[in-house]
Amino acid sequence: MSIYINKDTKVLVQGITGSTAFFHTKQMLDYGTKIVAGVTPGKGGTFVEGVPVFNTVIDAVEQTGANVSVIYVPAPFAADAILEAVDAELDLVVCITEHIPVLDMVKVKRYMEGKKTRLIGPNCPGVVTADECKIGIMPGYIHKKGHVGVVSRSGTLTYEAVYQLTVAGLGQTTAVGIGGDPVNGTNFIDVLKEFEADSETYGVIMIGEIGGTAEEEAAEWIKANMTKPVVGFIGGQTAPPGKRMGHAGAIISGGKGTAKEKIEKLNECGIEVAPTPAVIGETFIRVIKEKGLYEKCKTH
Amino acid sequence: MNIHEYQGKEILRQYGVAVPAGRVAFSPEEAVKVAKELDSKVTVVKAQIHAGGRGKAGGVKIAKNLEEVRSYAKELLGKILVTHQTGPEGKKVKRLYIEAGSDIKKEYYLSFLVDRATSRVTVMGSEEGGMDIEEVAATTPEKIFKEIVDPVVGLTEFQARRLAFNMNIPNHLINKTAKLMLGVYNAFVEKDASILEINPLAITGENEVQALDAKFNFDSNALYRHKDIVELRDFDEEDPKEIEASKYDLNYVTLNGNIGCMVNGAGLAMSTMDIIGYYGGHPANFLDVGGSATAEKVTEAFKIILSDSNVKGILVNIFGGIMKCDVIAEGVIVAAKEVGLSVPLVVRLEGTNVNLGKKLLKESGLNIVAADSLGDGAQKIVELVG
Repeated sequence: MSIYINKDTKVLVQGITGSTAFFHTKQMLDYGTKIVAGVTPGKGGTFVEGVPVFNTVIDAVEQTGANVSVIYVPAPFAADAILEAVDAELDLVVCITEHIPVLDMVKVKRYMEGKKTRLIGPNCPGVVTADECKIGIMPGYIHKKGHVGVVSRSGTLTYEAVYQLTVAGLGQTTAVGIGGDPVNGTNFIDVLKEFEADSETYGVIMIGEIGGTAEEEAAEWIKANMTKPVVGFIGGQTAPPGKRMGHAGAIISGGKGTAKEKIEKLNECGIEVAPTPAVIGETFIRVIKEKGLYEKCKTH
Repeated sequence: MNIHEYQGKEILRQYGVAVPAGRVAFSPEEAVKVAKELDSKVTVVKAQIHAGGRGKAGGVKIAKNLEEVRSYAKELLGKILVTHQTGPEGKKVKRLYIEAGSDIKKEYYLSFLVDRATSRVTVMGSEEGGMDIEEVAATTPEKIFKEIVDPVVGLTEFQARRLAFNMNIPNHLINKTAKLMLGVYNAFVEKDASILEINPLAITGENEVQALDAKFNFDSNALYRHKDIVELRDFDEEDPKEIEASKYDLNYVTLNGNIGCMVNGAGLAMSTMDIIGYYGGHPANFLDVGGSATAEKVTEAFKIILSDSNVKGILVNIFGGIMKCDVIAEGVIVAAKEVGLSVPLVVRLEGTNVNLGKKLLKESGLNIVAADSLGDGAQKIVELVG
């Protein structure tokens, strides 16, 4: 088992003819992802790496049965690409695109209310279910099939955590990058609920960063609902207030959203937090050993 | 992106929001000329810098005649203002806003922002105007009222009225205040602002409802569709290294330490700063080279780091996803050869095309310390810088 995606997921790539999408389509195919269609308006009828390209998402869905889309469309057109995927009633849309104007996302979120589609991102690395399906831009070789769930606001920091687990012999079920924007589709709690319900996931790593209060809310939820161990990490402990640290969402403003506050809250809710990004895996292993879950988690 | 108060007020004027008459001035002579034209009983001379707390720091003066306008303008221009938002180094005043004084009866607080929790634009109002809103939130949170805006219909009249009533605006001015709020909302969404704070909003003796201050922050992701806003950018208010970095789409923030960092991804870049701190070092900057960096961009990033004379060592930490390790390696090699590498350089590479990247570095003949992991890299650079 896994969450959100698996070996049967049929993926369509929006913006497939762009150079980034082209590179990653190839990488995803190499990983074994079932990419059944691409969409670029005006390029319908052509092929990319053997994948048929359509003019509209609905055409692609009707003719290929795609149920999940990944978006590599440039920022000025990305919000519209999400809307098109939601309109076509896909199960899941993973939006990789960064720099989407926040008010565009406010409209997108409003449009999605009451619709069946789940959005992950934008400004995220994507989702990967180890050895089954990779949707996004993460390097495939760092993942290994196993029993740890990973959820993160940051892209490369997710790779860091996943790789530490893999090197230590701990595989993953699914790794989800929820993205670094202030308004996004899926939050920590959404993903934690899925991991809690997934029979193959035995423990979870949650990676947050400065800005907002999503980590604090997740910590409360974990305390009240989660039976599986969760280990945290918070990036930006040395970030000065008022300076935006790359991600639109990563800013300490009005004295809120500091790493210190978040770490205190996580600890208060019984969640251990790795002191540095280099020991996320180590900290997780220590915690699951204490809980007697290490042997069960270890991938042989 | 931030703009000056006078620019913010000009935008508000375009949306029918009442603001006192006024104009920008760059010299005492100009200040006097503007004050003469305003012909108001008192004139306010306001320092224009991109930071709040100007009043408390002595950046706002009330002049009773033209001579006072001249002397205040002389005093403020060129002065370094230190407010709670500028940092200890302060900011030099290069522009003044000369404004007709208002007969203020009462001050209120009004702000608009994109709220993460609701994914909506939220309007906040309070009768505790002129004060630091964080202080109000801490001491009397019951005096802050919110309206959450549905993007389909925008801020509605009833919401604006309700907020005005909650703010204890006098009955006969409720409609006027609501109208002002609708104008401000339109400015906010049409210009893609991310925060807009009017503190204070004032009621005057002439029963006017006026925005006495306007602090705009714009969504930098939306600037591509607002050429008019981009033109308002004041480069004097920004760090020259950050300006240079922005030309190459690099996310760069100057910090006070001596270890330069080049990382891909904002989260990893922040965490790299953290781990340098954990081992006792001090990062000189935050730098995210982004996902789509070319060798040329990496070279420029490297040059910007080296242009900081405080930098005594560099840590490159790359976990390639979109970003390919060989591209980073190429950029680093070109830059190091072009600029001349005078400080220790530790490189940690992992991810897409990692072996190719490592090979390029090894064959470059440059004095590069390779690191096996993030922890290893951080410890090595902290040791080398000493």
